[in-house]
Amino acid sequence: MTGRAQILSRLDSPRVLGYVLIAPAAVLLLGLLAYPLVLGVWLSMTSASLGNAGEFVGLKNYATILDDPIFRGAAGFSVLYTVCAEIGKLTLGLALALILNQRFRGYRAARSLMLLPWVAPTVLSALAWLWLLDPQFSALSWLLIKLHLIDTNLDFLGHAWSARFSLIVVNIWRGLPYFAIGYLAGLQGISKDLYEAAAIDGATGWQAFRRITWPLLAPITTILVAFSSIFTLTDFQLIWTMTRGGPTDSTQVFTTLAYQRAITSGQLGEGAAIAIAPIVFMIVLAVIVVRSVRER
Amino acid sequence: MKHPDRREFLHSTAAGIGAAALAGAFPAIASAADASPFKPEKGAELNLLRWKGFVKRDDEIWAENTAKFEKATGVKVKIDALSWPDVTPKAALAAQVGSGPDIIMGWNDDPFVYPDKLVDMTDLAEHIGKAHGGYFDTARTYCYDPEVKRWVSQPIGVTGNALVYRKSWAKEAGFAEFPKDFDGVLKLARGLKKNGHPCGFSLGHAVGDANGWTHWLLWGFGGKQANPDNSIAINSAETAHALEYAKQLHETMIAGVAGWLDPNNNQAFAAGQLGLTMNGISIWASAKDNKEHPELYADTANVVPPIGPSKQHTIFNNFTSAFIFKYSKYPNAAKEYLRFMLDTAQADPWVTGMVGYVTPALKGYADLPVWTSNPNITPYRDAMAGAKFDGFNGKPGKAAAQALDEFVIVDMFADHCVNNVSVKDAIAKAEKRLTTIYKR
Repeated sequence: MTGRAQILSRLDSPRVLGYVLIAPAAVLLLGLLAYPLVLGVWLSMTSASLGNAGEFVGLKNYATILDDPIFRGAAGFSVLYTVCAEIGKLTLGLALALILNQRFRGYRAARSLMLLPWVAPTVLSALAWLWLLDPQFSALSWLLIKLHLIDTNLDFLGHAWSARFSLIVVNIWRGLPYFAIGYLAGLQGISKDLYEAAAIDGATGWQAFRRITWPLLAPITTILVAFSSIFTLTDFQLIWTMTRGGPTDSTQVFTTLAYQRAITSGQLGEGAAIAIAPIVFMIVLAVIVVRSVRER
Repeated sequence: MKHPDRREFLHSTAAGIGAAALAGAFPAIASAADASPFKPEKGAELNLLRWKGFVKRDDEIWAENTAKFEKATGVKVKIDALSWPDVTPKAALAAQVGSGPDIIMGWNDDPFVYPDKLVDMTDLAEHIGKAHGGYFDTARTYCYDPEVKRWVSQPIGVTGNALVYRKSWAKEAGFAEFPKDFDGVLKLARGLKKNGHPCGFSLGHAVGDANGWTHWLLWGFGGKQANPDNSIAINSAETAHALEYAKQLHETMIAGVAGWLDPNNNQAFAAGQLGLTMNGISIWASAKDNKEHPELYADTANVVPPIGPSKQHTIFNNFTSAFIFKYSKYPNAAKEYLRFMLDTAQADPWVTGMVGYVTPALKGYADLPVWTSNPNITPYRDAMAGAKFDGFNGKPGKAAAQALDEFVIVDMFADHCVNNVSVKDAIAKAEKRLTTIYKR
């Protein structure tokens, strides 16, 4: 048997051919995903700063950030921001999908318009919200004053809790279409027969939702929540554009603090440790996504 | 007989009537006499990254002067401009990856964060300094790195800070003249608030505005971030007094200052909502074109911030300098570009056209007629002379830069004024953060 024939014969084995076929993708993934991640983990265990490779310091950077109240605050707000935004997006996204799943005049236009917050560049929408929430020129405050609901402008971004709440609202506004479109696809995949059978059995609208709609939307819910949580936990543009982590670091999240420490201040090691810190949450979310996809 | 060439003629003439007088009276001739030792490399092309000015003519005249340089030398220069806070991270990335703009016009002690990545600027800084009357002290502080013992950046100047107020409203509050001390400023602020024209000073993460007024007060009361040996000195009775004063001033402010970024006070003043703030000359300069509030231009005045109990000027400005990265293939062209741009023939129309928005770091430009052409411009001429540097009274450098970038001082004031954290706790928090930063 010649060498060429031997190679071809080995490639005939599905086991070998499989590895050969996934090799380019594996190399790409290792290069583009694994390398930066490994580099990030390595940097987090060094004293690297801008222009200085630093030296291995073990877990010192992690000990430093755990002792830092600003990091603890950022971690707390990151979780709060993600949980509240996900609850808001899920609830309102599902409600929107249920409405848009109905046939009414202009429903096609409504479905297209719904996507606007999601397709607009984040920085642009963040700037628009910055104006809407401006302490002096807020259109929202103006409206509320005209409606005689308040006397003076609201200070949306000037206090810790109002700024945090405002950012969560803007994130919900931005991420809502992702849930709505996902749920809309899910709703359209549910057979009408099930609802007709439930109606014949005398089920109310709420019972039909609880016993048919919600259980059948559960798999897509898991995927939507998991993916969206990853995006929300790593949100940067919106917060950086609107508050830069202020006032007094009250709206810092993992990403903005990591950026401030690593890039603006030049402490790459400490910044990398902050950026790596949420990885535990991310892995849990990634496992959920992978399992859900497999189960489907 | 050998006829003297143009350069020799100018040299001899200048020697005869005095170089200093010549520079003042005939700036264009003085420029020509300033022979350049920097010869651009063949085929050189440059990329400059700078910050976007709040005064339109700044960018416009800079671009016009750049076109003159291109015409004179054949070196193409591409200018990219970013908003103020975006320049520092972009410069940091360029330093880290070893690729990007040849020249960056950055802020404060940015170059001290990565001095080893920068071209030695000693020859250029000394050449320009010698030609234009030397530098104000702050320029050396920010651009000469004592650790590596060389100039790492070419001083440009500051976007100077002054107090900006409405004259008629101050008069209405009982102040025909602007007060000369901190107590007077507080009384004026209270009067303005009472009459519905509050003051406004940013307590958000605003690079220029928030750092400007908080440092002015901190130093004005005698507080300081660090001692000359870089030991932390923030925990002092003087800092406490500054915070207590700021709290009283904050009570007279317009709502929302804790969320303000750099453009907010400009916008509020332009809308006629502010009676007093601290800013560069951009508020007054742009008031000329304010069609909605035409009264603003004549009614706005700029004054040098009063001296506090420390009995010395404590202005904090945003200092800008230009640095060249070692990865640049054309360091000589870059140096010649900076020399050309800071030469009288270019710098005079630049400073004059933007009505002193940038106060040059070179003492020779303090005599430009623009500074005395209007009393509202004069305070910005003096912005360099009375300025302190970030991290004062510690050593300028990485730690001071990082403390400024992380808004430690601003957040200390905001904690006490907005979050009602006690003076003791606000100082303790800042002290802990500064200790961590200075130990890095």
